[in-house]
Amino acid sequence: MTREVEDLNRRVLRARDAMDRAYFEPLDVRAVASVAHLSRAHFIRSFRAVFGETPHRYLQRRRVERSMFLLRETDRSVTDICFDVGFTSSGTFSRTFREIVGETPSDYRVGHEPMLPPTCLQMAAMRPVVAAGVAMRSSTFGIAAAAAAP
Amino acid sequence: MITKLNATSIMVLDKDEALDFYVNKVGLEKGQDIKQGSYRWLTVRVPDDPGTEISLEEPGPPVHDEATAAQLRELITKGALGGLVFQSDDVRGLYETLKARGVTDFTQEPADRFYGTDMGIRDPFGNAIRILQPKKVAHAAKA
Repeated sequence: MTREVEDLNRRVLRARDAMDRAYFEPLDVRAVASVAHLSRAHFIRSFRAVFGETPHRYLQRRRVERSMFLLRETDRSVTDICFDVGFTSSGTFSRTFREIVGETPSDYRVGHEPMLPPTCLQMAAMRPVVAAGVAMRSSTFGIAAAAAAP
Repeated sequence: MITKLNATSIMVLDKDEALDFYVNKVGLEKGQDIKQGSYRWLTVRVPDDPGTEISLEEPGPPVHDEATAAQLRELITKGALGGLVFQSDDVRGLYETLKARGVTDFTQEPADRFYGTDMGIRDPFGNAIRILQPKKVAHAAKA
């Protein structure tokens, strides 16, 4: 592997870190791509190659993971949590959460208590997994892509 | 009975660059720096805690063949290898210090948790570093 590939990995990782840091903000794929000094298309392609899923999927799962965290740890309403983690529509949030987690946010809350491992480990380990084919499909940060998912 | 962690290691792409980062940015101190043939045993350690050395290891011969070294470099730059967790008595103060020293790769700004205050940075190569300021009351009893 060349130095160029290592440098690309590192820059794409920096962009992924930016999503982990600012998932609650209205992130735009172009802005995230700029963290890696890449065009939108090059960034999406590179991110998929490096991490095995599209940046949109990564962010979506980070937001769902953080919502699961807040459902476990706080008494905030599902609607508040939806906006807390960066979703802009509660319909999209509920649909995405159900699709990924397999139950509604309210049902998830009932069955889950706060966890002991530190937050960094929870963020690493609790981000919901997804089948490889699905991980590669979704490619934008837009609501349209989320709505198109099964 | 094992009584202490004596040495651990972290994979880096360049030992000199790593030394500069961990000493001049993070604030560790240089430990061992011993040439053994072509191998350089280079460590850093927490100041005032000289019992645990962190060895800075570069992938490559004679320890790794070139193909293995390339795999390791790829994993390092993807952030897929293990990192380090340090303790601090003032995470928020350290955050300001790190920023003043030019650190920009924060994975997490200081945040309060039930176990204390923590933050995260990456080293220049992709390794995750966490820094924790534990709450005074130990939470181990809850486990």
